Amino acid sequence: MRAVAAFVSGLAFALGLGLSGMTQPAKVLGFLDVAGRWDPSLALVMGGAVLVTLVAFALVLRRRAPLLAPSFELPTQTRIDRPLVVGAVVFGVGWGLSGVCPGPALVSLATLSPASLVFAGAMLVGTLAFRAPERILRRAPRPSSDVEASPAE
Amino acid sequence: MNGVTSTSLLLAAAGGGLLGLASAGYLLFEGRIAGVSGVFGRAFEARGEELRVRLGFLAGLAAGGALLRIFAPAAFGAPVATLPILALGGFLVGYGTQLGNGCTSGHGVCGLGRRSPRSLVAVLTFMAVAFATVFVTRHLLGGPSVFGGAS
Repeated sequence: MRAVAAFVSGLAFALGLGLSGMTQPAKVLGFLDVAGRWDPSLALVMGGAVLVTLVAFALVLRRRAPLLAPSFELPTQTRIDRPLVVGAVVFGVGWGLSGVCPGPALVSLATLSPASLVFAGAMLVGTLAFRAPERILRRAPRPSSDVEASPAE
Repeated sequence: MNGVTSTSLLLAAAGGGLLGLASAGYLLFEGRIAGVSGVFGRAFEARGEELRVRLGFLAGLAAGGALLRIFAPAAFGAPVATLPILALGGFLVGYGTQLGNGCTSGHGVCGLGRRSPRSLVAVLTFMAVAFATVFVTRHLLGGPSVFGGAS
């Protein structure tokens, strides 16, 4: 049941990305190219999305618990630290080079184009390059309670 | 390609609204943040029900991609960079979003929606860096002649 709800969320998310133009790298770079023929339309994607989440999240979080899970699991970190900023810088460079961020990368896999496969493959490698050493450094055999893991954003 | 029309503005806003709804639905049902890099990255460590939820979301993304390919193939644009540049970009996107704990969806759509100061810093940072990166590649370096694809 939970997997089905997650599936529907993912499906709607993918359609939102496709509808908005986020799966067109040229359009994304047109938005990021302020010094060129700037195409501001994609600002409305984030704008429209945040307008909805600002209201909807506040409503949802009034509940004691989500509908299908026992409790809300939201990010607990509040410190603005070096990994946050360095990670955002690294991501910004990659996004600026390619015009592709993680959502569109996974949605575009459906085209099976060489570009989409290379990008998603490299993204997988980058993801594991960070996560695998982290796991080894932590060494602990997976704690069953997951206490120290900060929920994903 | 870069023509700004009222249709593209409308689609951008509507698509954005749908992204917001999808994220709100994920929060309502699963109690979690619908951040693609987070759902993806942590899927490699999750087990049991948590793994099924993450895979469900990722399968939904893939299924949505398949639907778009069938019914709206124009939703997918051509790549804007050569394969080596895409490989570099993909690696940086993968590594950077794990290190920084979120991407355009986790920090952007969701993080800003719950007024997280960390997410605001992340969004301002990756946007500024992406603007700067495009400025450097298009206007200071060779642009398409070096990086490939349409300008």
